[in-house]
Amino acid sequence: MKKQLVELAHARSGDKGDIANIALFAPDRTIYDLFAREVTAERVRTHFEGIVTGKVERYEVPNVLALNFVLHGALNGGASRSLRSDALGKSLSSALLRMEIEA
Amino acid sequence: MKSVRIAGGLGFYGDSWRPIKASIERGNVQYVASDHLAELTLAILQKDRQRDPNLGYTRDFAPMLLDLLPLAIPRGVKFILNAGGLNPMAAREVLLGALKKIGIKLKVGVVLGDSVLERLDELQELGVSLAHMDTGADIATVRDRLLFASAYLGARPLVEALDAGADIVLTGRVADAALFLAPMIHELGWRWDDWDKLAQGIVVGHLLECSGQATGGNFGGDWRSIPDLAHIGYPIAEVWENGDALISKAPGTGGRVNFDTLREQLLYEVHDPQHYLTPDVDVDMTTVRMDEIAPDEVRVIGATGRPAPEMLKIVAGYEDGVMGQAMLGYAWPDALAKAQSAAEIIQQQMVEVGLKTEEIVVEYMGFNSIHGPLVDPTHAKDLNEVYVRIAVRCADKKEAAKLGRLFPPLALSGPPFIGGAGGMIEPRGLLGIWPTLAPRSVIEEYIRVSVEES
Repeated sequence: MKKQLVELAHARSGDKGDIANIALFAPDRTIYDLFAREVTAERVRTHFEGIVTGKVERYEVPNVLALNFVLHGALNGGASRSLRSDALGKSLSSALLRMEIEA
Repeated sequence: MKSVRIAGGLGFYGDSWRPIKASIERGNVQYVASDHLAELTLAILQKDRQRDPNLGYTRDFAPMLLDLLPLAIPRGVKFILNAGGLNPMAAREVLLGALKKIGIKLKVGVVLGDSVLERLDELQELGVSLAHMDTGADIATVRDRLLFASAYLGARPLVEALDAGADIVLTGRVADAALFLAPMIHELGWRWDDWDKLAQGIVVGHLLECSGQATGGNFGGDWRSIPDLAHIGYPIAEVWENGDALISKAPGTGGRVNFDTLREQLLYEVHDPQHYLTPDVDVDMTTVRMDEIAPDEVRVIGATGRPAPEMLKIVAGYEDGVMGQAMLGYAWPDALAKAQSAAEIIQQQMVEVGLKTEEIVVEYMGFNSIHGPLVDPTHAKDLNEVYVRIAVRCADKKEAAKLGRLFPPLALSGPPFIGGAGGMIEPRGLLGIWPTLAPRSVIEEYIRVSVEES
């Protein structure tokens, strides 16, 4: 059955230059394992097509049941040169939660 | 076991200092560490300094201290702030002047040497390439447009100022978490190669450096469950000699400290959690354990560290064009279609008046201005209202200002039913960020600390 991440997780994003990170937090170990399987760096890169121009890296942080995604070229050059309304990428976190996975 | 209690101050230039009062009055803290400098703040300060060589610091810090000192002085609370920005000396002069005027005697320390803008030739002669850290691009491409270049310093000079008896320490650019690590080292006597303790100190500092983001602000989980954000408490840490820490907030304040609010902040603006690089230690966050031990009390233990990196990070900023922007709202029915029609009209006219742009962004506020191409298009139908926002990147202010002048005529000569024509928005200078690296020896050689009494 397909589920949208917003039903399962919470997330926070932050900016450094033109790189954004999004940490995706699972409520328990089972859902963390599901995320580790389903929410790959490649899927996240595809999800953000049209916003993110560079590569996406994923880091596993099991001690806090989190996956940390690092999105290169995510901020229209960086907050201080961006023309976008969400110049800081604060809402990239909730944009990730739109993703649907097999759960 | 000996411990120290530290309060989180501001999270950026312009943040509220009201919650710090509760931390001082009811949080039993010995220090307030306050972060006034986001990446782009130095650009704002550089513009101030170009206008007046006595500016270049964040001007909120003196009113903040003058408001807080009557609470802090009787309790012996000290302050560490990076509010010095590009001109810590000028910041100290202003503060010493204000303190003398009201007859308060305090020792104020400054840390100098982070700004390297005047030393870039020297650094290049020493063989430092200053190439862009992420793209490898040559700094020559932006060199004549640089507005500032500052290295992120570590906690050492801050500790030196505290050891010399400073009640208030003013710095320029330092690693945000170093503002918090400094009082831990000063009070607890940690060695500079005790990597695990330094790592714990950095993790605690990182948790506290964004004010309300650790205590339920900007919380991505069940945000409705966070009580009384109007009176949010900023985070407070107690850190023991062995590195163990307890994160809490002042009694009677709003917000929440729990596993969820803290784990969101733990990874905020972090790339590789196994190598969170700071000037003082290379931190591994994947060994951290956070346990809720009481309401609004979380124990944080277990961070591990590796030796400090040989290279320090420098962030420079360069002028990168000017943004012109304008917006206008359209009402139901067909709000989005009307806004789209207005955008087409404006874009045709932009070509006809010869507006020279390097980039154009068209957004529909109320529909896609925040999530862009990721929005659910099925929501487009029957929206109550939509604002069209157009932003352009131009070479100069004069060019960028042309965009706004195309909007007012739409009121009488465009699609029907506008609202929210809020007047012209001034064009704004844009700033490119240039992160790069330099060996610590060439930076640290220039660090100076001085402490002076009011």
